[in-house]
Amino acid sequence: MATDGRADAAPGRWRSRVVTALLLGPTSAWYFLLLLAPLVILVAFSFGARAPEGGYAPAFQLDNYLELPTRVTAFTNTLWMAVGGTFLCLVVGYPLAYYLATRAGAKRTLLVVLVVVPFWTSFLIRTYAWLTILGNNGIPALLEGLGADDVVLLNTPPAVMLGIVYNYLPLMVFPLYVSLERLDKRLLEASKDLGAGRLATFRQVTLPLSAPGLLSGVLLVFIPIMGEYIIPAMLGGGKVFFIGNALVDLFLQSRDWPFGSAASIVLILVTLIAVSLYLWLGSRGQVRREVSIL
Amino acid sequence: MSQGTAPGTHSGRPPVDRAGRWVDRAFRTHAALVYLFLYVPIGLVVLFSFNAGDLTGELRGLSLRWYARALDDRFAMAALQNSLVVGAWTAILATSLGTIAALALLRAPRPVRAVFDAITYVAIIIPGIVIGIATLIFFVNMFGWVNPWLEYLWASAALGTPPTIRTGLHTIVAAHVVFTMAIVMILVRARLAGMDRSLTEASFDLFAPPLRTFVQVTLPQLWPAIITGALLAFTFSFDDFIIASFVAGPGQPTLPMYVFASIRRGITPEINAIASMVLGVTVTALVIVGLVYRRQARQDRTADDLERGDLAVAVPVTEEPR
Repeated sequence: MATDGRADAAPGRWRSRVVTALLLGPTSAWYFLLLLAPLVILVAFSFGARAPEGGYAPAFQLDNYLELPTRVTAFTNTLWMAVGGTFLCLVVGYPLAYYLATRAGAKRTLLVVLVVVPFWTSFLIRTYAWLTILGNNGIPALLEGLGADDVVLLNTPPAVMLGIVYNYLPLMVFPLYVSLERLDKRLLEASKDLGAGRLATFRQVTLPLSAPGLLSGVLLVFIPIMGEYIIPAMLGGGKVFFIGNALVDLFLQSRDWPFGSAASIVLILVTLIAVSLYLWLGSRGQVRREVSIL
Repeated sequence: MSQGTAPGTHSGRPPVDRAGRWVDRAFRTHAALVYLFLYVPIGLVVLFSFNAGDLTGELRGLSLRWYARALDDRFAMAALQNSLVVGAWTAILATSLGTIAALALLRAPRPVRAVFDAITYVAIIIPGIVIGIATLIFFVNMFGWVNPWLEYLWASAALGTPPTIRTGLHTIVAAHVVFTMAIVMILVRARLAGMDRSLTEASFDLFAPPLRTFVQVTLPQLWPAIITGALLAFTFSFDDFIIASFVAGPGQPTLPMYVFASIRRGITPEINAIASMVLGVTVTALVIVGLVYRRQARQDRTADDLERGDLAVAVPVTEEPR
């Protein structure tokens, strides 16, 4: 592909550039019109005022940002739930990925596919399943039979957390599985032959080598939880409030677009900062490991 | 591969590794519990879809009445149709645009590639809800610009009532393509990066023109990535609730929007029936795709490829973000 441009004379190269530009055109237009331009408008809106009938009225003020502290619980809720949910997914998912990659034997393909299937089924329906299980006719009814009255499971933070782990677990397991499966088993043997125990081998060989999978798993889970709406709406019942719920409220119900824009800008910033911080810490860890290997 | 087999089958190992057996047992128990956790809720949804009673909580005999009810439900079927249309268009557009862009980026100058990488990263890192909001803002602004112009043009040409552009299924597709196009691009670029260059070069050495090289050498190697991209795009689009609820037109809900609204109104086993049917279709599609991959991989001979073929469907984005 790249070979033709290099050898050709200048006119040929020019033509190939035009072709490249034409091929990139539709994608660029799409990105520009539906992603970049709207994000710029979003920033502009966040300094505006709410029009009397809802929507946006031109203005330049910081009121929307100054008003954000009234929604601070939504932000802290989201952040903690995202961090906690990602951590739980990791704790539950890592051993499973490890088992699948190293110990599952002949059933492996089937077992991997079984982790995959829920991911391809409807998110809404997976959450709905828990709605009936945790609802009054579900586990609380069973517990009542056992003598424990008035157990409320639905519309509590643990219910939301459960929904998060349930829905995002596959996204954590895939990348971990892939990186663990690629791991050269001879390294484990070598570690064993050199007298390292199970835990030492895990800490010094397996874990560092699965770092890429861990990295992408954490990001794949963390980022969508930050924008989660369905789980808190269905399993939190308005009592556990995420930024996503606040945004739906602001844009579709109260139609306070400028305030909603400010909230979404801050959501993007918080997500970016958290992800950058995580990547930075991760790369620092990598450096330290390389040093320790030497 | 040490499965929890009887000690002694490991030839050349020191006798009975007690701790090892416990560790193995712990891993298997954990895995079994996770599978239960994953499948019991889905199983219950399917079970209660056959409920003869009116409540989702109590099973009162089995029947198909809720399936009949769901299939008769005009609104549910319209929503299903909307979702299928949106999903298909999203898959087609995202796959073709993403693939073309990925190929063009191969020969684009480095700065252009860097900019595209950055924007793709933005498209993926931004939560779906913000994409919904951003596209809503874009459409509202655009309609505010375009519709008066259309009115003016139609009025000056005396064409009668001017057409107005509104939100609808097309706006949902436009919004879904932003994100899914980025995913297809990442998948195809990863495949291109891992591709054997020598084949393309051999084709050129044998005087094949570029287009022919592309069709006969490059494209066949790209198919797995393209198909995976298309499937992911369709699934994402078919499943999406949040973006659609921002940019959908009035009175044209997608299936997730319809389901969400009916759950809000009160739960009936009809939702379970709809869910089970969607589940059945998904699983059937997955099995078919899996079998196709398997056959193709067999033709490509190596067992390694076989595994990878399965995984190509299974594993969505495993690229490390750069």
